[in-house]
Amino acid sequence: MDWTLVRDLVTWALLLSGSFFFVVGAVGMVRMPDLFTRMHAASVTETLGVGLLLAGMMLEAGIGQITAKLFILGALFFFASPVSTHALAQAALHMSVKPKLAKDLAARDAAAGE
Amino acid sequence: MRHISLIFVLGLFWLLLSGFFTTFLLSLGVLTVVVAVLATHRMAAIDQEGHPVQLALRAVTFLPWLIWEIVKSAWSVSKIILDPKLPISPTMTTVTAGQKTVVGVNVYGNSITLTPGTVTVGVQGKKLAIHALTQDGAADLEAGAMDARVTRFEGGAA
Repeated sequence: MDWTLVRDLVTWALLLSGSFFFVVGAVGMVRMPDLFTRMHAASVTETLGVGLLLAGMMLEAGIGQITAKLFILGALFFFASPVSTHALAQAALHMSVKPKLAKDLAARDAAAGE
Repeated sequence: MRHISLIFVLGLFWLLLSGFFTTFLLSLGVLTVVVAVLATHRMAAIDQEGHPVQLALRAVTFLPWLIWEIVKSAWSVSKIILDPKLPISPTMTTVTAGQKTVVGVNVYGNSITLTPGTVTVGVQGKKLAIHALTQDGAADLEAGAMDARVTRFEGGAA
């Protein structure tokens, strides 16, 4: 049994699935109707996307300083991303950007259907 | 006690980033840590908010729980994004944080934001204003499972 091959395969699976969630987040950014819903799409990228990519890189780096640094990088994302998301949402509300709620979207869809 | 723990954490952080164990670089590291701890001490910031090491032990079970919640909701948000009909129902709601300390409320608000599909957009005392991608997501938060879990993590009852 060649463990290097197994490790490489798992790494590829992690890197590819991480990239997949990056693309999903980007698609969401385009499809979502307003700033607040776009933030939800972005958080898919910065949680699952980043997490899976870092896990894949850690597996390939093995136990050592690089893995420790990748772990610290993950912790930075983990603690900084909610803060920046919250700051963005607060700034938007201060500038009186109103979130489009379910009933607004329903009204828009009805208008588009006519 | 909290000072010793901060010295330990900063020292470990410096060693991991440096990776060199020569006398000169190690003494620079010690100097940096001492200056950082002294400066933080002068700001009176080494307390249960600035260095919440009292949560470290309970974080061992809380963090895996939170990460699993994040994975589950990231997956459901991904399904919504890839659904041709884009079945979203954006909702604003307010939830009350049941935590006693500022750190607890902070952890709760950030846990909500970290979980895809819900974002804390405002904090007034213990009232958190939430923007949720779907009505179901808002209802899940109002049901209070995450609130109870964070309260347990904080060390309170429930």
